[in-house]
Amino acid sequence: MIQKAKAHVYKRDHINTDEIIPAQYLNTDNEKELAEHAMEDIDPDFTTRVRPGDIIIAKKDFGCGSSREHAIWSLRGAGIKAVIAETFARIYYRNSINNGLLAIECKGAADHVKTGDEIEINLETGKITNTTTGKTLEFAPIPKFALDIIASKGLLNYIKQKRT
Amino acid sequence: MSMTITEKILKHHSGNEKVVPGQLINAKIDIILAHDITTPAAISMLKEHNIDKVFDPKKIIVTPDHFVPNKDIKSAQLAKRLREWVSRHNIENYYEIGRHGVCHAILPEQGHVLPGTTIVCGDSHTCTHGALGAFATGIGSTDLAASIATGELWFKVPHSIKFQLDGKLQKGVYSKDIILNIIKDIGVDGALYKAMEFKGPTIDSLSIEARMTITNMAIEAGAKTGIIEPDQKTIDYLKDRTSAKYQIVKSDPDATYEKTLHYDASEIVPTVAIPNLPSNSRPAKDLEKQNISLDQVYIGSCTNGRIEDLRIAAQILKGSKTKKGTRLIIVPATTGIWMQAKDEGLFDIFNEAHAAISTPTCGACLGGHMGVLAKGETCLSTTNRNFTGRMGHPESKVYLASPATAAASAIEGKITDPTEYI
Ligand code: SF4
Repeated sequence: MIQKAKAHVYKRDHINTDEIIPAQYLNTDNEKELAEHAMEDIDPDFTTRVRPGDIIIAKKDFGCGSSREHAIWSLRGAGIKAVIAETFARIYYRNSINNGLLAIECKGAADHVKTGDEIEINLETGKITNTTTGKTLEFAPIPKFALDIIASKGLLNYIKQKRT
Repeated sequence: MSMTITEKILKHHSGNEKVVPGQLINAKIDIILAHDITTPAAISMLKEHNIDKVFDPKKIIVTPDHFVPNKDIKSAQLAKRLREWVSRHNIENYYEIGRHGVCHAILPEQGHVLPGTTIVCGDSHTCTHGALGAFATGIGSTDLAASIATGELWFKVPHSIKFQLDGKLQKGVYSKDIILNIIKDIGVDGALYKAMEFKGPTIDSLSIEARMTITNMAIEAGAKTGIIEPDQKTIDYLKDRTSAKYQIVKSDPDATYEKTLHYDASEIVPTVAIPNLPSNSRPAKDLEKQNISLDQVYIGSCTNGRIEDLRIAAQILKGSKTKKGTRLIIVPATTGIWMQAKDEGLFDIFNEAHAAISTPTCGACLGGHMGVLAKGETCLSTTNRNFTGRMGHPESKVYLASPATAAASAIEGKITDPTEYI
C-alpha cells in the first residue's frame, strides 16, 4: 500500500531512458549523483520539485530505449516509489522489478491525475485512487514472481534466498 | 509441435519438453557480452552480495566501448573496475584499447556469435546478434549480475512476428532503409516484448553485415529480439572466425506467428527518420526539398559502422569534399574494421573529403564524447536512435539514415537522397 504519494504527471508516450538520465551522466553508477539529473531532458525542474515517496505517471511505452539501469537508480535515488504507465518498455520493466521499484500498468491514469494530486495505490485490490479528486482506477495485477522479487528487495537477494 | 527459431532455442536452453509464448522459463546463457557502462555496476552488486564469481570465464566476452578512450576521470574509474574484474576472474576474451571495438560489432567479428545460442549483454542493442540466428537480448545491470554469477536467466517466451520480404532493393537502398520502414509501419512499441523474425528472398540476398543493421534496430520497435535463420552465408561468415561447433536452428514451416507482415522491398526508397523517434521516417527525396542543413554527419556505431558501410560511404565520398559548414565524423566500429579500412585506402578518401576519423568508440552515438552536439545543432547519423538529446544538447536534432544517405548529405551539407551518387 502506497499512501499520500504526490504525482508527477507526463501526458506523453515513449518517455525514453535518454530523457530519464542523459548519457553524459552514465560515467557513474552512484545513485545519489544520478538522482541529481533524473528526468533532466524532459523536465529540467523535476529534481527541485520531487520529494521522497512521490510517484510518476505517464502514458505508453515508458522507459523505452537503452538498457541503462541508471534510469531506475536515478528515479529511486530521487525518492520515487512507483511509476504508473499504460505500458512499459521491456528492459525498463525488468530493471524496475529487479530493483524493487514498482512499475504499475494502468490505462488512463495520466488523464485522471494532475501533477500535485495525491495518490493511493493498493497492491492487494489492484486499485489506484486519486484522493484529491476521489477517482479510482484499476490496474492489471502485478505478476507473482515480480511481487516475490520486489518483496525480496531485488533479484539478487531473491536468487540468494532461493539457493539457500 | 511446430515452433519458431526463437521458441526452439529457448526450449533447448531451458531443458523443457516444449515451450509456448508467454511461458516463464529459466534459460542457460551461452555468451555474456560486457562493456564499460553497465558491467561495472553489475560487478559492484555481486561484490555487495558476496557472490563475486563468474559462472564460466570462457563464456564472458569483454570490451570497453562507450566512453573509451576514457573521456574523463569517472569513466576511467569505470573502465578500471572492468579491467580489474577481468583479471580477478581470468577472463581471457578481453579486448583492451587497441584491439577493442563497439561491443555488438566486435562480438560477431571475433567469432563469438554462433547460431542457436543464447546471448545477453547489458545493452539494448544486443538483438544485433540475431542476424546469425542466435537468441540475443539486452538486459540491465541486475540481470547481468545474476547471469554472470549463475549462467542462467529467466525469460518470458516471446510471441513472434514474421516479416516476409520479397523483391530486389533499388539502387541506393540498403538494409537500414528496410528497417526504418518497418519501424515506421509498426511504431516504436509495435513489437513490444516480441521476437521479430525477418525472412524471405530479400533477406537471403543481404550480407551478414547488412542483416545485422536490421536486427540491431529490432529494439527500436520495442522487441525482445530480432532474428534471422542461419543459411550458407552464415556458415561462410563463421568459417574463418571460429572452429567451434554449432547447430543450425530454423523455424518450422508451419510455426505459429502472432502475425505476418509482407513487404515488397523493391518499393522501398532511401529513408530518413526525423527527430525524435526512429519511427518518424520520410523518403530522403521529400526531405531533400526542405533544405535541411546539417552541422554534422556521423558514420559509425553498431548499426552502420562496419566495413561494408565504410566502403559504401567511401564510394560516394571519393573525389568530393564535405560541404563547408558541415563536419563529417567517421568511426570504424572495431579495431579490425579500422585496419581493414586503412588497408583498403578508404582513409585517404575520407581524409581528402575532410572527414575526421576516430578510433572505435560509441562516443557521439549516445552523446557521450567525440562529436557531441551543441544547442540547436543538427546531425544526420547512421546510428539507431534520434531521441531528444540523444547525441548532445536536448535542443539538438538527430536524423537517422544509411551510410549512403549520410555520405551524400555530407557532400551537399543538407539531407540528400543518395541515388544519384551511386
Ligand atoms: S554504438 Fe551506440 S547504439 Fe551501439 S552500443 Fe554503442 S552507444 Fe549503443
